[in-house]
Amino acid sequence: MTEALWPGVALHVVSGKGGTGKTTVAAALAMALARDGGRTLLMEVEGRQGIAQVFDVPPLPYEERQVAVAPGGGEVWALAVDPEDALLDYLEIFYNLRRAGSALRRMGAVDFATTIAPGLRDVLLTGKACEVVRRSEKQEPNAYDAVVLDAPPTGRIARFLNVNSEVSGLAKVGPIRNHADLVMSVIASPRTAVHLVTLLEEMPIQETIDGIDELRAASLPVGGVIVNMTRPPLLTDEEMAMATAGSLPVQQIEESLVEAGVTNEVSAIAQTLIREGLDHSRRVQLEERELERLNDLDLPVLQLPYLAGGIDLSSLYELAGALSEQGAR
Amino acid sequence: MEPPSLHVDDIIDDTSISIIVCTGAGGVGKTTTAAALGLRAAERGRNVCVLTIDPARRLAQAMGLTELDNTPREVVMESGSGSLHAMMLDMKRTFDEVVEAHADPDRAAQILENPFYQALSSSFAGTQEYMAMEKLGQLHAQEDAPWDLVIVDTPPSRSALDFLDAPARLGSFLDGRFIRILTAPARGAGRGLGRLAAAGFGIFTGVLGKILGAQVLTDVGTFVAAIDTTFGGFRERADKTFALLQENNTRFLVIAAPEPDAMREASYFVDRLRSESMPLGGLIVNRVQSVDRKLMSAETAAAAAQRLATESETEPLTARLLRLHADRLRVRERQHHVTESFTGAHPGVPIAQVPALAEDVHDLDGLEEVGELLALGRPV
Repeated sequence: MTEALWPGVALHVVSGKGGTGKTTVAAALAMALARDGGRTLLMEVEGRQGIAQVFDVPPLPYEERQVAVAPGGGEVWALAVDPEDALLDYLEIFYNLRRAGSALRRMGAVDFATTIAPGLRDVLLTGKACEVVRRSEKQEPNAYDAVVLDAPPTGRIARFLNVNSEVSGLAKVGPIRNHADLVMSVIASPRTAVHLVTLLEEMPIQETIDGIDELRAASLPVGGVIVNMTRPPLLTDEEMAMATAGSLPVQQIEESLVEAGVTNEVSAIAQTLIREGLDHSRRVQLEERELERLNDLDLPVLQLPYLAGGIDLSSLYELAGALSEQGAR
Repeated sequence: MEPPSLHVDDIIDDTSISIIVCTGAGGVGKTTTAAALGLRAAERGRNVCVLTIDPARRLAQAMGLTELDNTPREVVMESGSGSLHAMMLDMKRTFDEVVEAHADPDRAAQILENPFYQALSSSFAGTQEYMAMEKLGQLHAQEDAPWDLVIVDTPPSRSALDFLDAPARLGSFLDGRFIRILTAPARGAGRGLGRLAAAGFGIFTGVLGKILGAQVLTDVGTFVAAIDTTFGGFRERADKTFALLQENNTRFLVIAAPEPDAMREASYFVDRLRSESMPLGGLIVNRVQSVDRKLMSAETAAAAAQRLATESETEPLTARLLRLHADRLRVRERQHHVTESFTGAHPGVPIAQVPALAEDVHDLDGLEEVGELLALGRPV
C-alpha cells in the first residue's frame, strides 16, 4: 500500500459536479477510512437521502446509525442532517431553548429564519460536522476516527464552507459569530481536507479546477481529486494511432474472428469492431488530455473504476478497496 | 414495450409554440440541448431566443455569449432562414432591473442599498429560479422582440422541481406573515392574531434577534416596507409566469441521462407537470451508448474473446476489441433497463435518445450536430 495521503485529517469533505457520483464516493471513502477496526461517520446535508439509497436502507432520521461494516471489521455510521434539527440543537446548547425551539418550528419560524439568512443554514450544517469532529478531542465515547461529509456540489462548495464570510453579513459579534469562528477553526485547519469528485470529461474537469481555485483563494484545505468511473484503455498507443489513422488490420481481425468461431457477417463485425476501436481511442485521448490538466494542479489524484453493474454494497467494498490502495487514509 | 418517439422537429416547427422549457437533473446536458434546439429551430426558420442560466465557458463562447449585459445578443448563423438570439441570465441584474422599473428613483436606490436586498439578490436560495422565471416572462412578453420562440434551460438546482417551486416560495415568503410582523414591530407583535400567537411572535423575534442580530431583522423590515408600496405582490408576479407555463403554447422537454438518479428525477418531474396541467413535449435521454445491438450479443463477443486468449501476456487485438464490444453492449443493456422502467411508469411519454458524444460542444457546428442527433431521436 502507498503512504497515507491525509494523516491527521478528521473531517473529509466530499464535493463534485452533479452526476459524478459524489455520494457514492463519499460512502466508499467512509468505508475505506473505517477499515481494520475504525469508526467513521458519513453525513449528508442536502436532504436528499442519498446515503440511504447507496446503502439500500430506509430513509435516515436525524440520528446517528450504523449502516455498514467496513473491511477488516470497522463501523460505518451515517447521519442525515436537517437544518431545522441542527438549529434546535444549537438553541439547546447555547440558550437552553429547546422547548421554545420546538414551538418556533411548529410555527414555521425556523424555516423562515434559515430562509432570510441562508448563511445561517450553512453554519448550522457545517457546525454539526464540527461538533462531531471535536468529540474526539474531548475523548467523548461517541467519537469517530473520521467524519466524511457529503457536501453541496462543486459550484457552491467554497461558499458553503467559508462560513466566516457567510455570517459576516449577519453579525459582527455575538453567539452566531463565535459559533462561526469555532467552525472555521476546524474547517480551515489541517484537520480538514476537501476532496472533489470528477469524471474525465471536459466540463466536470473545468468545474473542478475552478472549484479548487476558489477553495484555495478562501484558504480552505484541498485534499485531493477523485476521478470516478474510469475505464482502462484496451488498446496500446500504437494501436490507437492506427485506429485514428484508419489503418487497423482488417484482414487480421477477420481471420481472428473466424478463428474464434464467428461464422456469420464476419466482415460487418470486423467493421463494427474497428469503428468502436476508433471511438474508444478518441475517448482515451480526450481522457488523457483531461488527466494532464488535473496533474498540473499539484494534488493527489485518485482513480476509481467504472462498474458496469451499477452500485450496490459489494461495489462499495470494491471502491473502498481501490481508495485504500491509493493511500486514502 | 416501446415508447412513442419524440420528434423535436414537430415541436420547433409548430409556430403556435412560443416557449420551450428544458429541465432535468444537473449534469445531463440541459444547456447544450437547449442551445442545440435553438440553433436548429432558427435554421428551420423560427426566430428564436435562447435563455441559458449557467452555460459552460466554451459553450457560451460557441454562442458568442461573451458579454454579460443581461440582454439577448444575436448569434450569427451560417445558414438557415430564421434568426437566433442568446443570453445568459444575470440574476442580480435582473432583480435590480425589476426594482428600477417599478420604483421611483429614490426608493429604488434605497432598496438597492439595503443589505438584506443585496444578500437576497445575489445568494438567496431560489432567487436564480425566480429570476429565470421573471426573465422568461419578460422575453416572452417583449412586444417589438425579434423572436417568437423562447427556449430556456432551468437553473442547476439540486432538484429539477425547484424551478417550479422556488418562485412561489420566494413570493409567498416575501408576502408572508412573519415578514409582515417584522415590518410593523411598532404596532406590537401580531396584533389581531390572538394572544397566544402574539406571545409566539414575541419569542420568535426575540430568538431571531439573538441568533441573527437585531440589525438583520431591521434590514429585512425596511426592505419589505420599501418594496411593498411600489410593486404589487411578488407572489402575483410569480403566479403569472407560472400560469404562462400552463398554456398550450408552452412545451416542457424533460432531459435525463440513462442513469437511475437522473431518470428518477425525470420521473418526478413528469408526474409534477401532469398534476400542474403543464404541457409535456417528451423525454430526451442524452449520453446513450451507441452500439449495434443486433450484430452480436455480449455473451457471444465475450466467448469469442475467450477463445482467442493465448498464453502470452498481451491479449490479441481482436480479443480486446471483442471485449470492448461486449462492454458497450452491457452498458447499453443497463441503460435500456433504466429507460424501460421509466416507460413502464409513464407509458405515453414520447422519448428521444441521443448518443453520447466523444467530446464537448465548442462551436456552432458541434451544436448543429447535436441538433441533428436530437431530431433523429435514436442512437446510431
